[in-house]
Amino acid sequence: MSCMMRGRRQILGAVLVASLAVATGLISGCDKEAPKPAQNSMAPGVDTTAPTATISATPGQIAPGDLVTIEWTTTAADRINISGIGSVPVSGTRTVSPMQTTTYRLVAKGSGGRAEAATVVTVIKGATKSTGNTPPVVEAPPKPLTPEQEFTANVQDIFFDYDSYDVRTETQPALSKAASYLVSHPNLNVVVSGYCDERGSNEYNVALGEDRADSVKDALVNAGIAASRIRVVSYGKEQPFCSDQTEECWQQNRRATIKLDNNEQQ
Amino acid sequence: MNVHHSLTKIFTLSSFALFVCLLVPQLRAQDEVHAMGGTNADRVRIAAASFKAMNSDAQTTALKATFDSTFYNDLSVAGIFDMVSRSMTPQESPGNPTEIKVATWSAAPASAAMVAFGNIGVTGGKLTVNGWLFDTRNDANPQVVNKTYNEAASQDAVRKVAHQFADEIIYRLGGGINGVAETKIYFVGSRTGAKEIWAMDYDGQNAHQITNLGTVSLSPRISPDNNELAFASLSKQGWAIRIFSFELNRYLSFPTGTNGSSNLTPAWSADNKSLAFSSSRSGDPEIWVSDSNGGKAERLTNIKGPDVAPTWNPRSNSQLAWVSGRTGLPQIYVMDADGTNVQRMTDGGYAISPSWSPNGLFLTFSWNRKYGPGAPGGQDIYVMDIATKKWIQLTHGSGSNDFPSWAPDGRHIVFERSLDGKADIWSMLADGTDQRQLTHDGHSFMPNWSWK
Repeated sequence: MSCMMRGRRQILGAVLVASLAVATGLISGCDKEAPKPAQNSMAPGVDTTAPTATISATPGQIAPGDLVTIEWTTTAADRINISGIGSVPVSGTRTVSPMQTTTYRLVAKGSGGRAEAATVVTVIKGATKSTGNTPPVVEAPPKPLTPEQEFTANVQDIFFDYDSYDVRTETQPALSKAASYLVSHPNLNVVVSGYCDERGSNEYNVALGEDRADSVKDALVNAGIAASRIRVVSYGKEQPFCSDQTEECWQQNRRATIKLDNNEQQ
Repeated sequence: MNVHHSLTKIFTLSSFALFVCLLVPQLRAQDEVHAMGGTNADRVRIAAASFKAMNSDAQTTALKATFDSTFYNDLSVAGIFDMVSRSMTPQESPGNPTEIKVATWSAAPASAAMVAFGNIGVTGGKLTVNGWLFDTRNDANPQVVNKTYNEAASQDAVRKVAHQFADEIIYRLGGGINGVAETKIYFVGSRTGAKEIWAMDYDGQNAHQITNLGTVSLSPRISPDNNELAFASLSKQGWAIRIFSFELNRYLSFPTGTNGSSNLTPAWSADNKSLAFSSSRSGDPEIWVSDSNGGKAERLTNIKGPDVAPTWNPRSNSQLAWVSGRTGLPQIYVMDADGTNVQRMTDGGYAISPSWSPNGLFLTFSWNRKYGPGAPGGQDIYVMDIATKKWIQLTHGSGSNDFPSWAPDGRHIVFERSLDGKADIWSMLADGTDQRQLTHDGHSFMPNWSWK
């Protein structure tokens, strides 16, 4: 499977454009349950609604110097800042031209707390700068998605470092996106499956895959998903996505998947 | 390179018995040699005569051929004999004490101190084997062993008889330690496509499938009484510990083995009463222990990170070794059976799959001391003296080696070796010598040597 993915790096690159949209009120139960008193008396009444924020970049993958449109929206926020851009209105667009892969991190603060969102613009070194004649790499034109397609578009696999079950910083946006999707689809249950590369013991790798799946489950639970909606299975190195002895393949196998749980038992 | 490396060289050149002698002075000298084998100079020189066929029919001829090769192999791999090679073995087949000319066997080139001989026949479907062991240096009273075996004639039966007679000799000449020729090795085989549990005789013969679950089953562990087989099996619900009873020919109820998404690596205590295993029921794979029927499950470890692959100290039954990733790469640890006195044994690298020696003094495990991205290193089998943490490396530069399992005689270790992408079961003496490949069909993994 990963061997297929290797040949389609362009598409993978687009997948890297992961947006984050989770109010920290959801991530931190304390904030949600005991919101801080509003300090900004400009708001009529005390609005304790937690802010929300989204940010996206189009296209998400460019050659150095290409133009990218950053678009963001927020709700229930009055102080919005985007890293590398500065203070911005509650919603809008900006054109940027990064020379290297850049994460644009949006922080929205309101009387109900704060929200963060981020988007990554991947800059491919050595790629030819786009001319005006070449259409930028964009995702396929929007079509109505089936529920399964919508799930797949929002809930992506999480990849891990060698011998590690810690969620990488750069995969936090994907995880947050999955969490917000699951928050908004409370009837969906999921199964998180942990996988490992072929190196090392079968036995240890099942335990390591369990910890990887548990890390993803913990992140989803911390983002407000009920633990009862999440089942965990480790496949260790028993069902690899590919079997080449290369770092690229090993990376494909060090992952956790989040799938719809159609298992009726238990 | 380093001290360990030069130690390893020295130990490779000299004998493992010397290593034990240097490092474990509390061991009695007799134990050292008998527990670990020794150089050929220390060993009893023994010859196995071709047994005399009492009938000339095809069945007897075929059974005699199997007996001779099985018996010769049993003595050769026992680890305590200097075997007279076939080319130096006298060509005669003395069928009983009156037919043997002892001087023929004690003279060069055989120069045997001991000679085993006898006869084999089939009458009315019944196999009869008479075997003797003679001490060639005791003219007055040369007979050491005389045994008679009767079985329904079959290839399986004649192999069993050969193993029994070999074990009788090994017991007599090996310091009263039982031989392992009648023991079994349980392992994971994928020759049907799914990873099922298989069993075979200790010499690789008679491989047969035990489970037929059509999924992934790992980590077979036979109970000390040989009656029950525990292992871990994958389903859509995760990993469950399953227990198959050979007595009842069915799976036993073991509800604690399905609690949580990953229940792995069962390990029987030597008294057959407890099972240790890894379970993620608390949200993290930890070591648990329960009664062998699943009651009284108790958690022994409580630190984040993979904890897996427990093995009991079979001598004391009061300690466990296991693998923990609590500090990063997996390391071998030892603790008391109540979870206290945790001690880290390995100082780095990637250390997995411990098995405790029958005498309680050593651990064998798989270790890659250079493991890490960009440092391919070798996954090799090691033995560590628990009291001093001194170790020796048993395998060197031959494939990737894992899952060592100590034989009940303490002299042998069985392990998985993956060579050019093909995994097979190998055995060796506990000093790393006499490595022999036991399986050839498909892939074979994770051997577990029976307790008797």
